Amino acid sequence: MRITQGCFSFLPDLTEIQITRQIQYCLDQGWAVNIEYTDDPHPRNTFWEMWGHPMFDIRDAKAIMGELNECRKMHEECYIRLSAFDASHTWESLRISFIVQRPSHEPGFMLVRQETEGRNLRYETRAYVMEKPQGSRYAKP
Amino acid sequence: MSAVMEEFPKTIDDIDFREEFAKVGIGEILDELDRDLVGLKPVKTRIREISSLLLVEQIRQRLGFTTEAPTLHMSFTGNPGTGKTTVALRMAKILRQLGFVRQGQLISVTRDDLVGQYIGHTAPKTKEILKKAIGGVLFIDEAYYLYRPDNERDYGQEAIEILLQVMENQREDLVVILAGYADRMDKFFTLNPGFRSRIAHHIDFPDYNDSELFSIGETMLERQNYRLSPSAREAMTGYIVRRREQPHFSNARSIRNALDRARLRQANRLVAQQNPVRPEMLMIIEAEDILASRVFQDRGGMDSLDNLASDFEGKS
Repeated sequence: MRITQGCFSFLPDLTEIQITRQIQYCLDQGWAVNIEYTDDPHPRNTFWEMWGHPMFDIRDAKAIMGELNECRKMHEECYIRLSAFDASHTWESLRISFIVQRPSHEPGFMLVRQETEGRNLRYETRAYVMEKPQGSRYAKP
Repeated sequence: MSAVMEEFPKTIDDIDFREEFAKVGIGEILDELDRDLVGLKPVKTRIREISSLLLVEQIRQRLGFTTEAPTLHMSFTGNPGTGKTTVALRMAKILRQLGFVRQGQLISVTRDDLVGQYIGHTAPKTKEILKKAIGGVLFIDEAYYLYRPDNERDYGQEAIEILLQVMENQREDLVVILAGYADRMDKFFTLNPGFRSRIAHHIDFPDYNDSELFSIGETMLERQNYRLSPSAREAMTGYIVRRREQPHFSNARSIRNALDRARLRQANRLVAQQNPVRPEMLMIIEAEDILASRVFQDRGGMDSLDNLASDFEGKS
């Protein structure tokens, strides 16, 4: 199941050139770009691991693409997203976030029905990969 | 000649260099350079030459004669205060206009910004700076400090290796300008042949002569809405001659510092005045503001300000 979130989530995965141009847009606005990765695909997992620090004072997208490629090399089978932080007064928050890498195989989620008092049901979505410990969830096929 | 011409279909238009020059807008930058910077004749000529070369290179790339990114790394040699940083800023603009760097920012660094304190500290530090410089120009002031031949475990070597690699492999991403004193740079290049071969343009910055320094001083004051009284002009001329003899003389920077101190003395003088002063007096620097300087005293009674400042000038 192809997981989507953030900007451009209804579009096909962005190409390298498209990613570069989106980054350049962020930099031109004066935002600091961050790289984050995770192997926990649950939509409520909002805190991803950061790759390095937020990248302030960078002018060209190529520098960030370099970092992104480093991150890809280290975390081949992970989700990676880019986000851009606007430090200007009254914003002081993320302005954009989009996925730039996904694992080659995404097994998706199972639906768990828990029977509770009476005939009530509680639903839970649980990613199949979550049975394995962190770091081995999306092993290379 | 005719054989060459036949190779190209007539559909490709002739190249009008005037038009090309106007289109990229470097003409204005070069004129600005001529206007704003006093003296530096050989530097200006070199910059013009390099600009022409780059323009031709750009057109050749467009026509498909070359596909390789040219080597644009440069070395600026000259004494302190001869305008190396200022020219580097203009160079970044020119390169940006011609499309050889994408953003055109100038990141000015010294050894401290590149080299770390302990093992494993240097590489991330250098890479951090390089990331900031990508798309622009990296200006390394006093580059020879990167290499310390007396200490073979010096971490500067690590920074040099990273720099060399980036200068070779990411030529289209950033331009490196190394700057420093001419003699030390020469030594640095002999000891690090890798740098010499990767640098395409060497520009030497000559010292300013006295009248050039004077007009630099005048321009500086003009920009801040000050001017010299006739007697102060004389005093300033004398100051330049004497200052040159003193240690730690650093050309335009010394003049700037001297004028800063003159402004300080002027302010002191005005505040101490008993009678009301005309507003235009706030714009005028008098001879006494300049003559109070240490350089006019033969040893002994030193102006503490001057003393302190000349210590700093020598370092940067």
